[in-house]
Amino acid sequence: MKAGAKNGRKAGWRKAYEAAQKRDDGIETSTISGIPVEPLYTEEDLAGISEELPGEYPYKRGIHASGYRGRLWTMRQFSGFATAAETNRRYHYLLRNGQTGLSVAFDMPTLMGQDSDAPTSRGEVGHCGVAIDSLADMETLFEGIPLGQISTSMTINSPAAILLAMYLAVAEKQGVPFADVSGTLQNDILKEYIAQKEYIFPPEPSMRLVVDSIEYCAREVPRWNSVSISGYHIREAGSTAVQELAFTLADGFAYVDACIERGLDVDSFTPRLSFFFDAHIDFFEEIAKFRAARRIWARHLRERYGARDPRSLMLRFHAQTAGVSLTAQQPEVNVARTALEALAAVLGGTNSLHTNAMDEVLALPTDRSARIALRTQQVIAFETGVANTVDPLGGSYFVESLTRTMEEQAEAYFKRIDELGGVIPAIERGFFQKEIADSAFQYQKELEQKRRIVVGVNDFQVDDEEDLEILRIDRSQEEGQVKRIADVRRTRDERRWRDSLTKLEKAARGRDNLMPYILDSVRAYATEGEIMDTLKSVFGVYVEEAVI
Amino acid sequence: MALRIVMAKLGLDGHDRGVKIVARALRDAGFEVIYTGLRQTPEMVVDAALQEDAQVIGLSIHSGAHMTLIPRVMDVLKEKQAEDLMVFAGGIVPDEDIEKLKKLGVAEVFTPGTPLQEIVDYLRAKFPGETAAV
Amino acid sequence: MRALARAISLVERRDPSTRELFETLGEPRPETEILGLTGAPGTGKSTLADALVAWHRAHGESVAVIACDPNSPFTGGAIFGDRIRMQRHALDPDVFIRSMGARGHLGGLALASREAVRLLSAYGFDRVILETVGVGQSELEVAGVADTTLLVLAPGLGDGVQMIKAGIMEIADVFVVNKADQPGYERTVLEIRSMLNMGPKLPWKPPIVATVASRGEGIDELMEAVARHRAFLVSSGRMEARRLERLKDEAADLVGEWSRKAARRLLEDDDDLAGRLEADKAPYGAAESILKEEGARLVPGQQ
Repeated sequence: MKAGAKNGRKAGWRKAYEAAQKRDDGIETSTISGIPVEPLYTEEDLAGISEELPGEYPYKRGIHASGYRGRLWTMRQFSGFATAAETNRRYHYLLRNGQTGLSVAFDMPTLMGQDSDAPTSRGEVGHCGVAIDSLADMETLFEGIPLGQISTSMTINSPAAILLAMYLAVAEKQGVPFADVSGTLQNDILKEYIAQKEYIFPPEPSMRLVVDSIEYCAREVPRWNSVSISGYHIREAGSTAVQELAFTLADGFAYVDACIERGLDVDSFTPRLSFFFDAHIDFFEEIAKFRAARRIWARHLRERYGARDPRSLMLRFHAQTAGVSLTAQQPEVNVARTALEALAAVLGGTNSLHTNAMDEVLALPTDRSARIALRTQQVIAFETGVANTVDPLGGSYFVESLTRTMEEQAEAYFKRIDELGGVIPAIERGFFQKEIADSAFQYQKELEQKRRIVVGVNDFQVDDEEDLEILRIDRSQEEGQVKRIADVRRTRDERRWRDSLTKLEKAARGRDNLMPYILDSVRAYATEGEIMDTLKSVFGVYVEEAVI
Repeated sequence: MALRIVMAKLGLDGHDRGVKIVARALRDAGFEVIYTGLRQTPEMVVDAALQEDAQVIGLSIHSGAHMTLIPRVMDVLKEKQAEDLMVFAGGIVPDEDIEKLKKLGVAEVFTPGTPLQEIVDYLRAKFPGETAAV
Repeated sequence: MRALARAISLVERRDPSTRELFETLGEPRPETEILGLTGAPGTGKSTLADALVAWHRAHGESVAVIACDPNSPFTGGAIFGDRIRMQRHALDPDVFIRSMGARGHLGGLALASREAVRLLSAYGFDRVILETVGVGQSELEVAGVADTTLLVLAPGLGDGVQMIKAGIMEIADVFVVNKADQPGYERTVLEIRSMLNMGPKLPWKPPIVATVASRGEGIDELMEAVARHRAFLVSSGRMEARRLERLKDEAADLVGEWSRKAARRLLEDDDDLAGRLEADKAPYGAAESILKEEGARLVPGQQ
């Protein structure tokens, strides 16, 4: 069709659209992040977007030529609660039922690098995950599980190096060579300062620990994914989709910079960096976000960092449906939300997926709700047919246009971050924290004004809510864990223990890679808290800039 | 005189989205909010409230340790003879725990999804006349 | 402690009932050292306050911090976040931290902070640190309360020029260039030097001290500079002179505060005054007649 004729048709539609009656409910028509959305997209919106193919640079349409026809995404559900022994029983159950990978959730004291008997651990031991204090607990957690044959994902950040060392020490005891050990460590400290706030040391020594573990894994544990660069927590803290995209990739670039500064070759470690994104409720915006992420990463790695290995250019990611979109009101409706979010992640080409259980806003999931969550993924994979076509929304006027918009807005953020001197100076000035807090407050105001609707919360409420059966954690195990740690302290080789920590402290003051020292301390049954305290004595602790 | 409210994150988790949104809403309602930050112990919270001569303590907690930490705040207030301070809490707290906390003297527990205006209105009703700072 | 905190609230509220208390208490004990700390957001001022508290505690001195922040001009509300940076001193009985809203009324902050200092001194604190955001009138006022005022700057913020324009540089007894490990440090020092060289020769030349407050670096040198300034104040007789100046300021501020409050009430209630304003279309006549005719009745408790 000639351009003139096309313009004429679009003008005709425009007239009809203007004349038509429209809803006047006051509900926003922009995306949930505030990106304006047109009522119609046409071929005009594809101007300047050339055709790309999956499995080819810059990987917008996916990293595999075969999409999900080659291999479905990994259905990886995150779990962990109470004591190592109880979680171990759950793992054996999952493995007997065909699961090939494990995903460990730690409790708050473990995440914050303190032992179960620390005064501020009271009331939190084994609550939101499993309590791990020393190698003894890690041995129990993986008892009877062959670490050479399964892959394990560990969600931990500030003390990540210590938990990795504990895992490796268990492998060692099982006689499994490090080269055969595989798994993923979250180990993404930058987003802790930005969003989740589980930081301990100041940014610089924290970055040193991250680079130490990347370097060590690249050399000794080649099948280990050393960092899972996470936007999930940034989004859950209230950011927009663009902020999640931009801040997460900026963090990724900051790790690459730090490793290059250490003297590592870019292709020696980037294939082992992976990503973790939120799959939120605004359907098309999320799909566009995942596509844009792959494209930005590939472009920057090739053009800015000169990476040559295609695996360095491919952004692999895990997605989790948005915990923050779940409601305590009419919680069954969360199954529908989660299904739609999971569908967006799949249409966006996720490599692995966790679907939230409907009761996660109330407590840890029950067996029943956890099963429904997994079944949701199976329905998408096996019933809907969406996995049969690679990037089925590729070429959609709207999705392509939105993908480009998100990419441009992310680039604008990279520029601002550069102007502030990079990610760490921007953190120290509270830049990210302020951006996120502003977005969160903005969204909350839109909710209060009913410019956004959350079903069951600010509209469509019911008076009589039926209570959902929730999982209760037995609190008495806190005492058991405190006793266990006392036993470890009493029975370990005192001299070996003290020597290992002294050497660690000395190394921390110097420039050596700390992983071997941490591994030795772990082998000597130093507790997580003791190792962290040793490092704190050298590195100090971080106090955040007050940003409200 | 503005109503002074000490807002604190109790426990080890760092999820401060909620507490920050509430702090902003209370500021915009004309209250003076003293935000003490993350990982406060009950002792720290009470001490801050006394030094700041606050009339209200707002506690945010998401880690599940609310039944350990909030009762401890109430105990410390008693020890310091400061039971006249009003305490409210926000976070994921099951209904049966809300009942228990109220029996211990917690004035109100706001769960996720509570409109900000409801919290503001609640405080205005409890402290009539003490809103505008200027 | 609670009584102290409540008394500070009365002072903040400008409650007339505190007059008797202050007439009994008199001036701050001479051994209480009062430090002013001001600087733009982002200079690490709160971190420096935290480092100073740590320094004093390490030297066995008790210390109180009054952190002044602006209230919203629209709603009067405020969020004070200064305690976050000073968390490690929580539960130390020899540290007292209080957030104070600047509240937007003229002169009010200076009066309230002066009286708070008296309370803290009488309570026994060895040191009082007055922390303000260095962006407006209130820091100039607070500077008048402190014995020594530290002006905090940081490299790369470009705040030096702004402060020179605002006349805030002139209140500094000591310049602190914090975050001295960051690029742009030399330039910031040069800016301050050239600004000092442009001004008139003064008997006290404000020194420039480099700190990295987050690591506690440069604090010894900073406190040495503060001690030198204090010695200068004493030996030159300025300490004594400042004491009287302060009382004069306070008396003048009180006149302003009392008459403003009473005048506002009169202007609301008195139809003649309102009529006069209407007729004059200017405020002078009404103001003059209030001062002439109401005189003694402007004093709280006198009507």
